[in-house]
Amino acid sequence: MYSIVEKTETAPNTILIKVKAPAIANKAQPGQFIVIMVDERSERTPYTLSDWSKKDGTITFVVNEVGRSTGKLVSREEGDNLYSVVGPLGIPPKIHEVGTVVCAGGCFGIAAILPLARAFKNAGNRVISIIEARACYLLYLERELKKASDELIIATGDGSRGMRGFAPDVIKTLIERGERLDQVIALGCTFMLKLVCEATREAGVKTLVDLCPIIVDATGMCGCCRVEVGGETKFACVDGPFFDGHKVDWDVLGFRKAAYVRQEVDSVQSSKVGVKR
Amino acid sequence: MTDVIPTPPKPVRKRVQMPEQLPEVRIHNFNEVSLGYTQEQAVREARRCLQCKKAPCVSGCPVGIDIPGFVGAIADGNLRRAIAIVKRSNLLPAICGRVCPQSRQCQAQCVLGKKGSPVSIGNLEGFIADWERKEGGVKLPAIAPSTGKKVAVVGSGPGGLTVAADCVQLGHKVTVFEALHKLGGVLVYGIPEFRLPKAILDEEVDVLASMGVEFRMDALIGAVLSVKELQEQYDAVYLGLGAGLPYFLGIPGENLAGVYSANEYLTRSNLMKAYLFPEYDTPIRRGTNVAVVGGGNVAMDSARIAVRLGAEHVYLVYRRSREEMPARREEIEHAIQEGVDCQLLRNPTRIIGDGHGNVAGLEIVKMELGEPDASGRRRPIPIEGSEYQIEVDVVVPAIGNGANPLLTKSTRGLKLNKWGYIVADPETGATSMKGVFAGGDIVRGAATVILAMGDGRVASRAIHEYVTANRHD
Repeated sequence: MYSIVEKTETAPNTILIKVKAPAIANKAQPGQFIVIMVDERSERTPYTLSDWSKKDGTITFVVNEVGRSTGKLVSREEGDNLYSVVGPLGIPPKIHEVGTVVCAGGCFGIAAILPLARAFKNAGNRVISIIEARACYLLYLERELKKASDELIIATGDGSRGMRGFAPDVIKTLIERGERLDQVIALGCTFMLKLVCEATREAGVKTLVDLCPIIVDATGMCGCCRVEVGGETKFACVDGPFFDGHKVDWDVLGFRKAAYVRQEVDSVQSSKVGVKR
Repeated sequence: MTDVIPTPPKPVRKRVQMPEQLPEVRIHNFNEVSLGYTQEQAVREARRCLQCKKAPCVSGCPVGIDIPGFVGAIADGNLRRAIAIVKRSNLLPAICGRVCPQSRQCQAQCVLGKKGSPVSIGNLEGFIADWERKEGGVKLPAIAPSTGKKVAVVGSGPGGLTVAADCVQLGHKVTVFEALHKLGGVLVYGIPEFRLPKAILDEEVDVLASMGVEFRMDALIGAVLSVKELQEQYDAVYLGLGAGLPYFLGIPGENLAGVYSANEYLTRSNLMKAYLFPEYDTPIRRGTNVAVVGGGNVAMDSARIAVRLGAEHVYLVYRRSREEMPARREEIEHAIQEGVDCQLLRNPTRIIGDGHGNVAGLEIVKMELGEPDASGRRRPIPIEGSEYQIEVDVVVPAIGNGANPLLTKSTRGLKLNKWGYIVADPETGATSMKGVFAGGDIVRGAATVILAMGDGRVASRAIHEYVTANRHD
């Protein structure tokens, strides 16, 4: 069984969960994701891995509660078992020496860029990690990211820490300042990914984004996760989840991700009615 | 025990109809449509069998069940013997009786069919399997003494389950790896509850478990373990990976929200139980007007799910005529009874959006049949200028699948054909990798449950020979 061995709220609504899953820990690579069903009735929901330990047989990821599935997951406590955990999934991005690499993360992506930053640095790159949040109290993993990168730049929407603004603003500033960026890799919400791509487009900096469309089986069978990249339909679960951000059709991703907003509200409401206190 | 009923002097000519839920009732539930023969009905139907010496029906069965044998035993009222005969060739009769395309296999060969209606072999197979489960008490088949050999089966669909059943009986230790959280492959994610109740599947799987087969769920081979690792840890490996990425029509608008591949539509509904949303968490769009594209079993299943999800109008858009539909005849009839509107000789040309990323309509062109094509069926040709639009909010292309790239792409040394399917010897299922066998959809492209089982049967024999041969390499 997949038992929760650690659960910590590292920042408001930012819950770090460590689960026993030795087989997955044994094979995990930076940038890969897992699919979780909390119980038999759950939706199959993807989470990007932020850490793992072959020795302890554990995997770690960060959850922001946004709806029914994430709500169910964060309602579980240490010692509880999860019904199903599958992975590691997705093609890990190629990690080799390219020069200067920017790892940009927001929300859960702050945790998810950590293994990528480490890997790019190990491969001999100069790594600049950029993390963003609305305000300083939403930031987390600063110390770990600082250690994993050559430079850590913080941006907050209200200016309460670091630069006022968000990760795309930082990237724009770096480019304007004449900093040579060889590759950008971004993980976070769709809106952030899109803005990062806009920030790097003109300078032509190669930008990989981790698309998180809705998935069902995540094994290349159902086609739910299709995205449009460079005018072609791709399946994020087997062709991705990393794609060239300058070629992504953000509108398609946006409306496909919003396909069940109404049902999500119904689902959350009906689950609250029957909730046991 | 059942009494032996004396054989009447003349065979009964009229086919015994399968009792079914009425269409107006069943469109509101997901329960099985067929209610199953009573013993009296089964005996009456079985007595129609002419007990042909040459038994052409057997040649129509991919796993070669002794059909006159088991049908004759039912006619004699010897149900214990009937199930034993079936199980000699097929360990999953409750499933096959329900999902095999009998009208194109055994029943197509039946001599009675030439004069009227063939013996309902499928219904009888389902009956005898249900009888065993409900009344007879399932008897575990004899298991050979342990050979000490280990077989890994990848995929728990019909092919994988057949290999597991055969190999465990031959005395090998079998481990089945399933990527999903439930066992059964297409039988659980693809075929709806109203055609194959999942409780039946679970019981068949339980039988295998009690025979010693080990099942590992959530085990996506290619991700969590490689084929190479399996090759090292096991004496033989069977790859029954099943269907891969769904085909789409290649027309504008296919990525709008509300367009589902049949695989996704069925998976949400069957595996994830979206029809019970919000009790279950996975949602599905319950369209008001739904268009399903295709003419196979998967298309029928999708259309009938749309009906049960409460759609007011369900169109089935198919580019040829009804004669060319590859679906089981029974499913086509059931779909029509349930109010599915078959738009024959029609092909979609464009999916129309509502301006906010949702499906709002479908543009369709009329077709006519031309000369026969490579498949022997007359080729449909669009009639220029005949386009028209229908208002729909859900579109489900059910036009087949390609190969699943997840395992095959990551496995060096595994030979694939130009479509990405695994190249396997039809006589043995052997692939280009030593001790690795394959069958079913990942070899054939889209096929049927029974063909996957047939491949599993063939591969089991080869696996047995392979692992028991004296090898010095």
